[in-house]
Amino acid sequence: MKTNTILLALVSMVFSVTIAKADMTIVSWGGAYTKSQTLAYHEPYTAKTGIKIINDDSAAEAVAKLRAMNEAGNVTWDVVDVVGSDAIRLCDEGLALEIDHDNQLAAAPDGTPASEDFGDLIVADCFVPQIVYSTTFGFRTDVDQWGGKEPDDICDVFDLNAFPGKRSLEKRPINNMEWALLCSGVAKADVYDVLETEEGQSMAFAKLDEIKDSVIWWSAGADTPQLLADGEVVMGSTYNGRLFSLIVEQNQPVKMMWDAQVYDLDGWIIPTGLSPERQQAALDYLYFATDTQRLADQAKYISYGPARASSAPLVGKHAELGIEMGPHMPTAPDNAKNIFVYNFTWWADYRDDLDAKWNAWLAK
Amino acid sequence: MLFRSVENQIVSRTLPGTIEELSKWDDDSVLPSEQVYYQLAKDLKIAVENKTHTRLGSRLNYEMSGIASTFRKTGRSVKKWDIDQQINYKEKFLNIDKKWGNIEFWRLLKLYSPKVTSGYFLNAVDLIKTTEGISQRDETERIYLFLFQRTIYMSVLITLLCLLMGYPVAYLISRLPMKSANLLLIFVLLPFWTSLLVRTSAWKVLLQQEGVINDILVFVGLVGDLDRLQLINNQFGTIVAMTHILLPFMILPLYSVMKTIPESYVKAAKSLGANEWTSFRRVYFPQSIPGVGAGCILVFILSIGYYITPEIVGGTSGTFISNRIAYHISYSLNWGLGAALASILLVAVLILYYVYDKIIGIDNVKLG
Repeated sequence: MKTNTILLALVSMVFSVTIAKADMTIVSWGGAYTKSQTLAYHEPYTAKTGIKIINDDSAAEAVAKLRAMNEAGNVTWDVVDVVGSDAIRLCDEGLALEIDHDNQLAAAPDGTPASEDFGDLIVADCFVPQIVYSTTFGFRTDVDQWGGKEPDDICDVFDLNAFPGKRSLEKRPINNMEWALLCSGVAKADVYDVLETEEGQSMAFAKLDEIKDSVIWWSAGADTPQLLADGEVVMGSTYNGRLFSLIVEQNQPVKMMWDAQVYDLDGWIIPTGLSPERQQAALDYLYFATDTQRLADQAKYISYGPARASSAPLVGKHAELGIEMGPHMPTAPDNAKNIFVYNFTWWADYRDDLDAKWNAWLAK
Repeated sequence: MLFRSVENQIVSRTLPGTIEELSKWDDDSVLPSEQVYYQLAKDLKIAVENKTHTRLGSRLNYEMSGIASTFRKTGRSVKKWDIDQQINYKEKFLNIDKKWGNIEFWRLLKLYSPKVTSGYFLNAVDLIKTTEGISQRDETERIYLFLFQRTIYMSVLITLLCLLMGYPVAYLISRLPMKSANLLLIFVLLPFWTSLLVRTSAWKVLLQQEGVINDILVFVGLVGDLDRLQLINNQFGTIVAMTHILLPFMILPLYSVMKTIPESYVKAAKSLGANEWTSFRRVYFPQSIPGVGAGCILVFILSIGYYITPEIVGGTSGTFISNRIAYHISYSLNWGLGAALASILLVAVLILYYVYDKIIGIDNVKLG
């Protein structure tokens, strides 16, 4: 009897150790962003559970790769970090697991259920929001031709007389079309209704035509910071966290222009087609990594706003520089005076069509 | 992957009953019958359980914007339906989304119900398959033919530039004594062994407006500080960077062929009274043709499918068709269109290869 118990205990120990040792592959964007996740989520999780986490930096192509893995019947990723629009597509294609936010995720410390804590940011049933980031502008502060003026309005991007010089814009219609319409006199609330019409689209392209010859088009988030640092462009759009590191961590003569910044979301999905054990392990990780404190912790390392309402008051100082992170968040009141909310579902519908037109326009 | 360019089973697989019922729909000036909507409800109920309805939505969205959300929205309602008796489904669908009452949408569904479609290939050559037949795409959406032309034009140009620069270099190396020839060969191979990305980025540093070349030109006074030359993020940048990167592929086959041409032939030609030019044109060059052919084919075929260099330094005027293929495979997920574009590219290369074989003869090619 006694030996049996010991044997059983031993077997179960060995068993639990093998399970605990199973590694997880987490896919994200690399660079400073993955670093912030490693420090805020992965390391504490490994310390707590013993599960090793392997980072894979292929989030930019996550949708295509997940579809290929799914068709091949061999999904090698456990948790994937994607932007909101990709989460919608993955959910649409049946490639991401539907999440019951209230039962599978931690409630806020005051007991508010997760679905309320995240609120509208849950843009797809498969999506667990993590951060709010924004696409916004940075500009150089040492441009002589500007005569001491600084751009403070989104339409200054389209004003080559007052603010001459090259600009960098993202090589896709999203955001650029909206900004062009805003500066063609369309009210913020009507932007997507107007963009749905042929006339609205031509209006946006006409506005972009005004600056087309002065634009360098970027496709990687690191392009604009590099172009600004080299002086290749005088202003350019990119993700706010990239500009934060350019300005605060690398001390470049660049400032933020927050006007008409476009909020976007980034968060987690779990791929479908995992074995039940792996799926449970992924859910356990998400429960841990998306609670109120963890989300607030991530903001110590990068200037993106936590997606939970309950995390906002907990945002503290930068882990190395010791500066308050609050004022650098896209959601800080001073920065969020004029924001533009990106319409995920609209773009899911019109992306294919507008993308064809966009590329034809670019090539002209 | 080639099969994907015509494959279209998703419609008939997801909505089998609806498609069958829809085939009886003759008069397409009025909405389909109630029976079709009833079948649609039954098909969608199953599709929602398997989560395939949204997949079909994204497929049809390539043809008509807005269908993706119609399917997503409808799926949410259909999930709660109890489909056992036949009640007024037409009305129920119309209440969810008025697109279900759009005749154009039903015509489209019927048009794309066969298991194979020419839609992707038509799209790849700027045509569109509509219910009224095949027509040219709107001018604001035409891009692929233009990109194919540009890809071929730039590849030919890059090949010629490589030949122009590679020929003298290969000639020089083949005529030098072994010791100095080896040193020069290493100079040719050294960049060849350097990462493609590093070489491309190096061109960025050199050619950008605040870059080395512009700085020198401004310093010398050839261009003003305010109108620095635009040397990158355009066609020029792509041509310069790709010519540099592909040059070894031209030099090496040329060199290996030239090495086998005996010097005595040219000497003999000269002793018989030919001048430098004639002896080169009539005696030396014809013997180097196999190398020229091999080098040109290598460089041309490599450059026609080039992707990373145009993506980094091409801006908008220097990108290739491969950049669009990569976009459709990795980002827009329109794999059918990507496959159709890639198939056309493959066929184009094969045709050019055939033409080359007819004119110069592939047996004449020598790689070493």
